[in-house]
Amino acid sequence: MASIFQYIGQAIAYTLFAVFVGYFATKPAYTNFPPDKAQIKLSFGHAGEHATECRRLTQEELNQLAPNMRRPLDCPRGRLPVLIELELDGELLYSEALPPSGLAGDGVSTAYKTFAVDPGQHQLVARLRDSNRTEGFDYEKTSEITLSPQQNFVVDFHPSRDGFLFL
Amino acid sequence: MSGLRTVAKAAFESVENFFDRAFGPELNPMHQLGALGWFFYWIVIVSGVYLYIFFDTGIHQAYESLEYITNVQWYAAGVMRSLHRYASDALIIVMILHLVREFVMDRYRGARWFSWFTGVPLLWFVFACGITGYWMVWDVLAQYIAITTTEWLDTLGIFGETIARNFLNPDILSGRFFTLMVFIHIAVPLFLLLAMWIHIQRQNYAKVNPPKGLAIGTLGMLLVLSFIKPAVSQPPADLSIVPAVIDLDWFYLAAYPLLDIIPGLTMWAIAVGGSLLLALLPWLPPRRREAAAVVDLDNCNGCGRCVDDCPFTAVILQQRTDDTAFSEEAIVNSSLCTSCGICVGACPTSTPFRRTSELVPGIDLPDQGMQALRDDVLAAAAKLSGETRVIVFGCKNGPDLQRLNGPAVAAMELQCIGMLPPSFVDFLITRHHVDGIFLTGCTLGDCHNRLGNKWTEQRLAGERDPYLRERVPRERIGKFWAGLTHNKRLSQEVAAFQERIKGLPPYHRPSRKPSGQQPAESS
Ligand code: HEM
Ligand code: SF4
Ligand code: SF4
Repeated sequence: MASIFQYIGQAIAYTLFAVFVGYFATKPAYTNFPPDKAQIKLSFGHAGEHATECRRLTQEELNQLAPNMRRPLDCPRGRLPVLIELELDGELLYSEALPPSGLAGDGVSTAYKTFAVDPGQHQLVARLRDSNRTEGFDYEKTSEITLSPQQNFVVDFHPSRDGFLFL
Repeated sequence: MSGLRTVAKAAFESVENFFDRAFGPELNPMHQLGALGWFFYWIVIVSGVYLYIFFDTGIHQAYESLEYITNVQWYAAGVMRSLHRYASDALIIVMILHLVREFVMDRYRGARWFSWFTGVPLLWFVFACGITGYWMVWDVLAQYIAITTTEWLDTLGIFGETIARNFLNPDILSGRFFTLMVFIHIAVPLFLLLAMWIHIQRQNYAKVNPPKGLAIGTLGMLLVLSFIKPAVSQPPADLSIVPAVIDLDWFYLAAYPLLDIIPGLTMWAIAVGGSLLLALLPWLPPRRREAAAVVDLDNCNGCGRCVDDCPFTAVILQQRTDDTAFSEEAIVNSSLCTSCGICVGACPTSTPFRRTSELVPGIDLPDQGMQALRDDVLAAAAKLSGETRVIVFGCKNGPDLQRLNGPAVAAMELQCIGMLPPSFVDFLITRHHVDGIFLTGCTLGDCHNRLGNKWTEQRLAGERDPYLRERVPRERIGKFWAGLTHNKRLSQEVAAFQERIKGLPPYHRPSRKPSGQQPAESS
């Protein structure tokens, strides 16, 4: 038969265990993001143009191919990297040449990036180049935005919906 | 290595001694970690089934349904929710302790690799259950988990799209991912159960239920905690807001903040590489295997006691292969055998009374045979002097036996105390080779070979075959389960035992037969 002291000992053990479980089940709190900042999240997937233009094969070249493979156009699959730039209040926030995905370099280029910025009024410019031009951009959007603390401001890109989307 | 391990073992045991004092060896929670794991699992299942009745699996309704559970039906569903959470957390604690303990106590190598190896996937299953569980609440914690988890998965680059985009913004959010999580949260616990069952397949009489007293206390503790600090949701998820300061469940999510510092791919390497390393630990380095038990068919009558008593399911009965009248015979699967010798202690033919000079039991250990043991014990006993001549039987995983040796005391080290057939005790006492027998070994409830001291207790008490015969005077048998940490107390106990037998009247065999003929010894 357990003595009273044993029961006290057990009670202490159970209590310590329960306190441990109860505490670490929710605490200490974790600061995932500075509460006095706002977030700009850039995320999109977009395929750059093909790196080389299609070339019409000569008749000789066609003759060398197996009959079922004779397609008049040779289109290398590789794509161009997508150039992206974000500018906040005239300062460059982000600039990157996003390589195409896939082993053959023929997939979409993806961006997924977050920035903690001060809340308040800003001018945001987003630019994107997906062609082989050497200067300038194919898409650009400028907007006056007002961010509140902890706001999640999303910059997305859909060419079918006029390019950049500020959400 | 082995010296270090002994120190680590003793350190572990010293901590556990505190629990021994409060709970007693039988209820000591540190001896029941695996069983407690099962217990918490069942609490989680039962409470989870109840919660599911009131839970709405739609992403826009889930949070509301949990508010109902916690605030309106707080007395039932709310308590279930708290039990569900806290039992899950407790499962993590006992699982990690269990893992560390099996490692420190060196119960994971050699023939025992299987439980360790199959324990590693359990870690993944348990974490997957917990993480998807928090996801289902769809509060800011769930939002944080959803975003962080998918971002981590995206670093693998094996999904065609960026799956974290599912949680980009409220307009994009769809329920499909949420439904997947609900599904995973129900499916993975079922896989976990299957894996837990596989995990204990090589344990005979695996402890899957904690003793009643411990179970009641543990459930009571969780209930009290549930009332004092009910599990609640955090503010609802809102993808237009960044989760900033969040209350984390550190048992399940301690690795998440690390993802802010350590690149995702590195974390994958750590998680996968760490698991592989963990799984291979039994072979780093491998254990030197001692010879497995062998059956001697001429002495085996197929009674099956070795099968019943082997803690590691290493013996089975199969159809007789010779032409004796017996229908079955024992056969050892040597890859499962840990050479603990417990089967030898169970075998009725393993008796020193046998007249034939050869003592070949039905099952025996090649490295420590019964014949040699009888010879050694008799030689040691012959050297003892005085009126309190005692042979101490101990095991190689228990207390230090050397220090007990003296003019009247000889200590014999066995593979495991469960290896000692009760007939040896009978033989040595009733044949006056010694005045008393003292047994020691691992802490009760924590035999290195799982069941050695338990079976020994039961055999002596006449509760388990082979019994110690009635005629053996119990006052001439002493025992103290010293473990690794009670060496001093063991010496005192042996000395006190010697004091006790000093005053006993000399033993006379009850003379059933006037001639004093040796009664036939079998079962
Ligand atoms: C859900 C989590 C787990 C549960 C419920 C569980 C349960 C159990 C149970 C009931 C036993 C049998 C204990 C006995 O009767 O002696 C056991 C043994 C064992 N478990 Fe676990 N276990 C879990 C996780 C793990 C993990 C993660 C590992 C290590 C990677 C592990 C390694 C072992 C080992 C080495 C043994 C003992 C083998 C032996 O004595 O030969 N377990 N476990
Ligand atoms: S020695 Fe005997 S009891 Fe021990 S594991 Fe081997 S077969 Fe089983
Ligand atoms: S206990 Fe001995 S006699 Fe019985 S089956 Fe096992 S080896 Fe054979």
